[in-house]
Amino acid sequence: MIEGALWRRWVFFYIPLSAFIIALLFPFYWMVITSIRPDRELYRPWNAPNYNPFWTWYPTVSHVRDLLTQTLFTTWLLNTMIIALSATAISLFCGLLAGYALSRLKFPFAGSLGTIIFITYLVPQTLLFIPLADIIRNFHLGDTRWSLILTYPTFLIPFCTWLMMGYFKSIPKELEECARIDGATRWKAMLYIIFPIAVPGILSAGIFAFTLSWNEFIYALVFLSSPGEKTVPVGVTSELIRGDVFYWGELMAGALLGSIPVAFVYSFFVEHYVASVTGSVKG
Amino acid sequence: MTFTTVAAPSSYVGTPRRGPVTRLLEDERWLALLLLLPTVVLLGLFIAYPFVKGIMLSVTDTRVGVPGHFVGLKNFEDVWNDSIFRVAVWNTCLYTVVTTVFKLALGLWLAVLLNRNFRGKTLTRAFILLPFIIPTVLSTLAWKWMFDPTFSVINWVLFHVGIIDSRINWLGEPGLAMISVIIVNVWRGVPFYAITLLAGLQTISPELHEAAAIDGARAWQRFRHVTWPLLLPVTLVVVLFSVIQTFADFQLVYVLTGGGPANATQLFATYAYQIGIGTGLLSQGATISLAVFPVLLLVVIVQLLYIRKVETH
Amino acid sequence: MAEVALQNVNKNFDEVYAVRDVNLSIHDKEFMVLVGPSGCGKTTTLRMVAGLESISSGRILIDDKVINNLPPMDRDIAMVFQNYALYPHMSVYDNMAFGLKMRKFDRADIARRVQEAAEILGIEQLLQRKPRQLSGGQRQRVALGRAIVRHPQVFLFDEPLSNLDAKLRVQTRVELKKLHNRLGTTAIYVTHDQVEAMTLGDRVVVMKDGLVQQVGEPLELYNEPANRFVAGFIGSPAMNFLTVRVGESNGALWAKSDGIDIRVPDEIAGRVRHHAGEQVALGIRPEDIHLATAADPPELGFDAVVEVVEKLGSETLLDVAVNGETMVASVEPTVRVGIHEKLRLAMNPARMHFFDMSSEMAI
Repeated sequence: MIEGALWRRWVFFYIPLSAFIIALLFPFYWMVITSIRPDRELYRPWNAPNYNPFWTWYPTVSHVRDLLTQTLFTTWLLNTMIIALSATAISLFCGLLAGYALSRLKFPFAGSLGTIIFITYLVPQTLLFIPLADIIRNFHLGDTRWSLILTYPTFLIPFCTWLMMGYFKSIPKELEECARIDGATRWKAMLYIIFPIAVPGILSAGIFAFTLSWNEFIYALVFLSSPGEKTVPVGVTSELIRGDVFYWGELMAGALLGSIPVAFVYSFFVEHYVASVTGSVKG
Repeated sequence: MTFTTVAAPSSYVGTPRRGPVTRLLEDERWLALLLLLPTVVLLGLFIAYPFVKGIMLSVTDTRVGVPGHFVGLKNFEDVWNDSIFRVAVWNTCLYTVVTTVFKLALGLWLAVLLNRNFRGKTLTRAFILLPFIIPTVLSTLAWKWMFDPTFSVINWVLFHVGIIDSRINWLGEPGLAMISVIIVNVWRGVPFYAITLLAGLQTISPELHEAAAIDGARAWQRFRHVTWPLLLPVTLVVVLFSVIQTFADFQLVYVLTGGGPANATQLFATYAYQIGIGTGLLSQGATISLAVFPVLLLVVIVQLLYIRKVETH
Repeated sequence: MAEVALQNVNKNFDEVYAVRDVNLSIHDKEFMVLVGPSGCGKTTTLRMVAGLESISSGRILIDDKVINNLPPMDRDIAMVFQNYALYPHMSVYDNMAFGLKMRKFDRADIARRVQEAAEILGIEQLLQRKPRQLSGGQRQRVALGRAIVRHPQVFLFDEPLSNLDAKLRVQTRVELKKLHNRLGTTAIYVTHDQVEAMTLGDRVVVMKDGLVQQVGEPLELYNEPANRFVAGFIGSPAMNFLTVRVGESNGALWAKSDGIDIRVPDEIAGRVRHHAGEQVALGIRPEDIHLATAADPPELGFDAVVEVVEKLGSETLLDVAVNGETMVASVEPTVRVGIHEKLRLAMNPARMHFFDMSSEMAI
């Protein structure tokens, strides 16, 4: 328990912590509430008398229903899921192999290559999106899922590589040496000994990659144009606004349902996620 | 041998003959090449190539569907003389500096709070990261709704508490719009700072604090002389990474204000999008995008120097 | 038949020479121990035999076949590591079966071999456990089992007992010896502990700074050390060294220093005579010093002052000062002396060793 006089505990700990928690989580509460409030309650001006915006006695599923049946939301959900999973798979594959090579093998320019891969992690997508749009068009990948599945790894691989490197470094090299003496080729030692031990790291990297893919916006915005090809972030922000009118009930329902898959995956693997975030920073 | 030997299978050879591929892959260098190939190809194709192309675009006058001719530094001149671009420079710098300061301060405070043992600590830590996990545009949409001129819940609260009596046009007034955008960015970034700083705090052995306390240091002094110096490395990495991301930020402003009102929240990325994709002036858009490069270069150099310093310890 | 030969083997890491011009010939079924302080090159040598380090120059042969360019998997050797290197994600059974699986043995054969090895080492009941559930001693056995199942030509051991506590170390040492007697496989064993070297080795190689100092049977190294380093390294407590001047008088050779005036016995005098008038190092082991009795000739005695008394039960060690220089003497446990007491000690004449001052070679 926290030591100190009761008043101190409240002033210096409970109150600030609660304030943080409320501030950080309120928008999600607002998302949920808005999704289930009927329209007539939603569109009441902020200074109208006698109304409590934080609660509703008449929850409705009409927004969610409309979202799922009258828009392409489910398609966007499917698209985003496929893209995120594929990009994550590709990135894990590349990251595993590259991470192993950089941390366990000796070869010329190993250091420089590692540094270069690390640097590409820092390159923001907003620097590259215009020329990349052109390149995607030239490869005839415009407006397809592949445009994202192939470009997302550019910011996922460096992170996966980095994370896996850290993981591999913690595995003693005697294990591989023993495996090689036992009769395994380098390749087999990598596959049968090192990779199985690194599974927790692979999990962390995979989850982080999945959430990052889901969060990407500008490439999806620029490369995809048909409503049926869009991902959830792009679809929700572009297709749910008719004319100048924002359908907030549907928008918030869309925002909520769009967030759930990510939150779900995250909730299962919080420890791994936190480990990967802090690992990425501690280098 | 004095124990029954199980004969080796007929396929077993003490020193088997190895195929050429196997022998090749036993060589560290060839194996490394093979393992790194997919990564190098992907990154080369979709980072290095576009980067070079971006530079080429910025020195030509390409538009969508219209190939361009070499124009030297004309685009850079035009962009520099563009008043909106200058506004974007100011906005981006202000945005980055202010949000980073707040994220660091609040993140540190939250990290210190989370560093203690209390019931529900693990659950709290898990929930705290939600703003960072949930896709930015989706949570930004929620904020947009919260800031709505007519229906803002924030206004509702402030009104009922008695602080205001006329509405605050969060997104409609230039100064307020920038403040709103900063608020949302800080909201999103604090958890990331908090969690990584927390990890840093947890590597500081409590014995150091105890020793300092015995030596007579008070809480603030302990922080300044024990905690802060040991936290500096992690802080540096987090700040550098955050700076480059914030400088190149797009999603948040695009959704919240679109760059307005009247370019009050226009950033490099949103302006580049507007010019390059919106009006199809690819070369000029690419040129504006490149404005992010100097800061990227600076961050990379600082990071490399820092890594060099850490490795030589 | 598994003879291992190292011919002019060198290993350098950039400018640092870790192993220099090593020539060794290990006979079939021999248990060869490489011993020396850290950094002497013994582990590097072992790793070159294993194929884990490349050979800068020279050749290594197993059964007259040059293996320099063979990868570890093709050398038909097995290694036991200091940290056991058990595969943490596999059961004990799978750990032991791994090598056989890699060599495409079928399941029934693998099962039989693993069972056999497990019985020899007494670990049958551990086969389904994971390494993290085992104690240090048990892990050690599994590591041994993993090496045995393969019936390799050569066993390599890299300080396998260093991680065990003292008592377990002694026990396991004996068991290793029994195991080698039973299996008869050629073995190369690296350690920094000279007791292990002496008790386990058929022959011992003492190394220092990458160079082989001496190769021989344990007692040979003990009785006839080739140089000062080997003399001081082998035997515990270590040999005493005194700087003395050799002089002739009365037809005999005398070793003199400020507190010593001892007659060099005739058997050794022949060799030492060449150094008359020079300074040499006189080495005498603690166990070869005893309290002077009336029966000891006076020319073999010297005076000393007791500084520390260490009673071990089986012997008593006296740390004495002989005119400023310290020596250790091992005497009968029944001896009763006090600190600061003056004693007269005598050396066993047949057990004196002399070493050249500059080259440090035995005279």
